[in-house]
Amino acid sequence: MTALVNRTRAFLGPEMAGPGFALLGVLVVFSLISPQFLSRATFGSVAFQLPELGLLTLAMLLPVLTGGLNLAITFTANLAGLTLAWVLQQNGGVDAGPGAFFLGCVLGIGVGALSGVVMGLVIAYTRAHPILVSLSMMIFLRGLGEFLTRGGDVSGFPAFLQPLGHGSIFGFPVPLLVFIGCVAIWHLLLTRMKLGFNTYMIGSNIEAARYSGVNTRKVLVLVYTLSGAMCAVAGIIMLARFNSVRVGHGESYLLITVLACFLGGVNPFGGFGRVIPVFVALVVLQLLASGLNLMGANQHLATAVWGILLIAVMILRFAAGHLKFLKRKKG
Amino acid sequence: MTERASVESGHKPLLSLRNINMTFGGVSALKNVSFDVLPGEVHCLAGENGSGKSTLIKIITGVYRPQDGAVIEYDGLTYSHMSPVTAQAAGIQVIWQDLALFPEMTVAENIAFQTVLGRWPRVVNYNSMRETAEKALARLGVTLDVDRPLKDYPIAQRQIVAIARALIGEAKLVFMDEPTASLTQSETDYLLDIVRALSASGVAVVFVSHRLAEVLEISSRLTVLRDGALVGIYSTEGMTQSRITELMTGKTFDHTIRARDVSANPVVLEVEGLSRQGQFEDISFTVRRGETLGITGLLGAGRTELALSLFGMLKPRSGSVKLEGKPVHFSSNRDAIAAGIAYLSEDRLSLGLIQPQSIADNLVIASLDRIMAGGLLSDNSKRDLVARWIVDLGVKIGQQGDAISTLSGGNQQRVAIAKWLATDPKLLILDAPTVGVDVGARAGIFNIVAKLADTGLAIILISDEVPEVYFNADRVLHMAQGRIVNQFTPSECALQDIEASVYA
Repeated sequence: MTALVNRTRAFLGPEMAGPGFALLGVLVVFSLISPQFLSRATFGSVAFQLPELGLLTLAMLLPVLTGGLNLAITFTANLAGLTLAWVLQQNGGVDAGPGAFFLGCVLGIGVGALSGVVMGLVIAYTRAHPILVSLSMMIFLRGLGEFLTRGGDVSGFPAFLQPLGHGSIFGFPVPLLVFIGCVAIWHLLLTRMKLGFNTYMIGSNIEAARYSGVNTRKVLVLVYTLSGAMCAVAGIIMLARFNSVRVGHGESYLLITVLACFLGGVNPFGGFGRVIPVFVALVVLQLLASGLNLMGANQHLATAVWGILLIAVMILRFAAGHLKFLKRKKG
Repeated sequence: MTERASVESGHKPLLSLRNINMTFGGVSALKNVSFDVLPGEVHCLAGENGSGKSTLIKIITGVYRPQDGAVIEYDGLTYSHMSPVTAQAAGIQVIWQDLALFPEMTVAENIAFQTVLGRWPRVVNYNSMRETAEKALARLGVTLDVDRPLKDYPIAQRQIVAIARALIGEAKLVFMDEPTASLTQSETDYLLDIVRALSASGVAVVFVSHRLAEVLEISSRLTVLRDGALVGIYSTEGMTQSRITELMTGKTFDHTIRARDVSANPVVLEVEGLSRQGQFEDISFTVRRGETLGITGLLGAGRTELALSLFGMLKPRSGSVKLEGKPVHFSSNRDAIAAGIAYLSEDRLSLGLIQPQSIADNLVIASLDRIMAGGLLSDNSKRDLVARWIVDLGVKIGQQGDAISTLSGGNQQRVAIAKWLATDPKLLILDAPTVGVDVGARAGIFNIVAKLADTGLAIILISDEVPEVYFNADRVLHMAQGRIVNQFTPSECALQDIEASVYA
């Protein structure tokens, strides 16, 4: 029994405490306030809204673990979506076949990965700060996207894309399944693969990792490449959800992804953080938004509440750290 | 306590402590300690980490309050405890190891900023700051451009600035905590001259240092603490380094020369005419199976650069390196590791280990390929591998998942050695393996080195402490200004022969 508890604890990690309590708190508070909260409708809306922010957060997570940041995530997603839209339009728009869709996805993910490769190479070889590098990439991609679309929407896609954005399999929304699949891949990458191991090591001390024989440049390039590819997945899901692509879609998610990582216990300076707590943190944020929505609160108020929640988490974390310090001093 | 040096008659102590007790959470940090300092003397406070040196300094400077019954006599007055304000006002100053300086501010601001604190009107008079700073520096016989930012100066000069700051408040007693830890030999000599000048001008200096050679050179008396208790107060006249080590650790170390004749063993590494611009020139040597080759010399002699070139992290300009007879060219340290060369960095804190990460992760980082199962990292193989090395090298740990920073210096170094042994190397380069390791734990490290050599590993042992290479290596090379200037065989020469060559 204790072995099972220990294994569960090892699986969840110490980062789980914060988001775990937050999840419990949100569930208890809202179900007390509103009887309709614990309903299929709430969970349905959460399940459909979670994937966009979630996939972008996964894209943000890897660079943050290396002690960096990828500010270009939303526009990378837009550009990948545009690539898919362009391929579909070239192949007949509404009449395009599944082959065109598949080709578009591959090219879209390629475009996303390419944006990551460029950032990764610049960061790894010039040692320029990731904030500056990804900010430059973000401005480039926004400009390029707005130039290509003249600032407007691109729409007119084949009907078989509808289920990808709105359909369900055995009651599970398709976007949610895609997201959970990506969470599983990221979890495997970070816990069981050399690249994940080295990502953490680089995040704590890149020079010491290099002295230990880690190919730090390769790891950085791969991390940003994977981040870019994950943006592309988010872009494809967004295309299917809105049935259109516009440069600037999801822009407001950018900083929320950083905060979701932080809420999930990721060290803002790199080196520590796990996927599952970040996933739970995302669920908490969506439940909070849906719960407030259910109570008839303004959508902007929900954003404000997110901010308050994150400040509270920071204070609690400080208090917990202080408590631990006092305990150690006594002991 | 027969060796206790009497306080010379005619000199009343400037500071005298009696009956000092201090406990932290039930653990006794100081037990009935007494201590005194004469006016204008240089006094060394020695002891291993955790022996109570810092606690004692903090009691004298008023940071901690000792338990009842303590008597502190200072400059004719008696106190039961000090406070930071009384200590400062009475002219007691401490220069901590981290210096607490502001690199972006000018020398003058760093020295004199305290003079403008809490004064009315709240404006800063830069001219008077500059004057104060120049006066303090002049007292040390040093000239620095007081308008330049501190970061323009190397660490030795920053140390001087910290001392100058301590002097502006009419200091009578200055504590220096490991002042030479990050200095080169010539910088150390420079600092020791300053300390002598300070002492000659009537300021008493209490010197805390791990480097016993310095202790003997600079101080007239020595107080040794062990486990929070006073071992004794000694005159440094006639004292030897090994005697101080014994007093600090309470153990006697038999210093026997380990050197053996391994000339029949096959050659592992053969270096021929290796050069790198401005760092080392025309280096040739061989290391055989089971041989420990010592390389000594002052800091800046090019030892670390040579090691990094063998490890593939620096590119030599010319010359050749052969590993087991085959010429090798490394484009990165990954090639070197794959070929069987391991390098233990001299800077364990920032390059050798990844301090916030776990003991287990630090141990396996260089040998991930050995803990793979089915293309994925296996937690079980990792745990087994770590557990095996922890036992083999006698590392004392709590949990494998604890941060490596929670271990003592000696145990951290064992993990760092285990990290490289896990890569199954043919040649292990140990660069200053005892830096920041307690005197008592050093013997343990060298026992491991000796055992490894017995298993056939070729070892290069780099150290600026001549006795370390003399007692532990089979052959010793002396490097100076990037060249090998001398070669010794410990079994055929005296320690003094090598020291004469190095410090000449």
